[in-house]
Amino acid sequence: MKGSPAYREFHPKWYRTRVSTYWWLSQWSYRKFMLRELSSVFVAYVIVITLMQAHALGQGRAEYAAFQELMTRPFVVLLNVVTFLFLLLHTITWFNLTPRAIVLRLGGRRVPDLFIIAPNYVAWLVISGVVAWFVLRG
Amino acid sequence: MAETIVLQVTRYRPEQEAEPTIQEYEVPFTDDWVLLDALNYVKDNIDGSLSFRWSCRMGICGSCGMMVNGEPKLTCAAFVSEYAPGPVRIEPLRYFPIIRDLTTDMTDFMEKLKSVKPWIIRQEEKPISEGEYLQSPEELDRYKQFSMCINCMLCYAACPVYGLDPTFTGPAVIALAQRYNLDSRDQGSRERLELLSDHEGIWGCTFVGECTKVCPKNVDPAGAIQQYKVTATTDWFKSFIMPRGVE
Amino acid sequence: MAERSSTAFFWALFSAGGVAAAFLLPVHVFLFGLAFPLGWIEPPGYESLLGLLQSPVTRLYLLVLCVLSLFHWAHRFRYMLYDGAQIKHLNEVIVVGTYGGAVVGSVVAAYLLFLAV
Repeated sequence: MKGSPAYREFHPKWYRTRVSTYWWLSQWSYRKFMLRELSSVFVAYVIVITLMQAHALGQGRAEYAAFQELMTRPFVVLLNVVTFLFLLLHTITWFNLTPRAIVLRLGGRRVPDLFIIAPNYVAWLVISGVVAWFVLRG
Repeated sequence: MAETIVLQVTRYRPEQEAEPTIQEYEVPFTDDWVLLDALNYVKDNIDGSLSFRWSCRMGICGSCGMMVNGEPKLTCAAFVSEYAPGPVRIEPLRYFPIIRDLTTDMTDFMEKLKSVKPWIIRQEEKPISEGEYLQSPEELDRYKQFSMCINCMLCYAACPVYGLDPTFTGPAVIALAQRYNLDSRDQGSRERLELLSDHEGIWGCTFVGECTKVCPKNVDPAGAIQQYKVTATTDWFKSFIMPRGVE
Repeated sequence: MAERSSTAFFWALFSAGGVAAAFLLPVHVFLFGLAFPLGWIEPPGYESLLGLLQSPVTRLYLLVLCVLSLFHWAHRFRYMLYDGAQIKHLNEVIVVGTYGGAVVGSVVAAYLLFLAV
């Protein structure tokens, strides 16, 4: 895939601008992108908390009560609020980008993006409701 | 009395300087002027040594791409009045080596484009006696958007992954590969897949989406790449279930 | 068979994890991270939650959710380190750290959910 290397790669006079490590701060669209990618860290955090919760449940009432108490501490609550916002960012950006990757064609024409995005949101609400029902029914 | 605007233009003369500098030109303009007109005014009337590429003046040749106030733009499609009162910063297209002033080296893009074989590949050519290939409007619609690419490379200037890793194949090339993969006359998907699905080919893309935003022809290269990732992944899984050679 | 990058496989996991996280994690965080601790909704009792957790369906659901979400994080974080921190020359370390971390997390999840509860 390479052209003549002497002509292209090592031409001494061509100026190559070095890309800054902070390229992602240089414009708003790049910053938005980085925030979206950062949401993955919060996804991992939720899994860690969930496993901690499962562990506490398995260890007995006292352990679980301690876990619940931990969840009420202001620092943890703040972290969870931030986490929730990042998860919403993930969900919204994920749904909105889905039609770009999955192209559906009906009757020879491409299904409009909205018809792919909207069902995702509806399904999200339904699934969330189902999960909440399982958790709350006692 | 014509309005004027100040252009802050990158100059780079390798025979006399080690780094790019900025030179200012004050240029008159009217409502219908685009930045390319302003640059040509500089070259014709102020400083004939300014080097830049242009051709069709109408957004189809893809030659005049430059960074305008930090955004990749076709200078023939950017009206001066939108940047008034200015000043306007005009720099060479980002993430490419600068040869001189506003001209950049395109060899990397050209090599990558060739590498994905952007032409109809047939297992066997259809002889002329059998007539033409027929394609329905629906079949055309599948790839038409990706065929609008004018190779202007604005998407490469927008893509931070390409900026960080020049071995990344890049938006336009992958979109053009997809244009041929989706063409009903083409039988070369497998060949292109093997070229593209190595690590740097498409997987470097993290769907920043800037490429689609700056594309002057609404090609949506980001979409093409994601669709290609789905195809490549499906093929990867299939290669474990079905033996090679099954088309 | 030509040498094919395994990135396709990890991208598939990343996508599946992205879908799972998008649909399921918000309600989890809302309930257990906000609504219950802050008293917006009365939390279910210990017995009830333990019973729910011990059901095989719940265990499997949580395991799948954890594994997919961890691999989603791993793939995305890997590329964040390449592009954001520009440490691609540490490629091998990053690959082992991210996907390896996801594997470790998955094993821990499997142990916790199937053997320790």
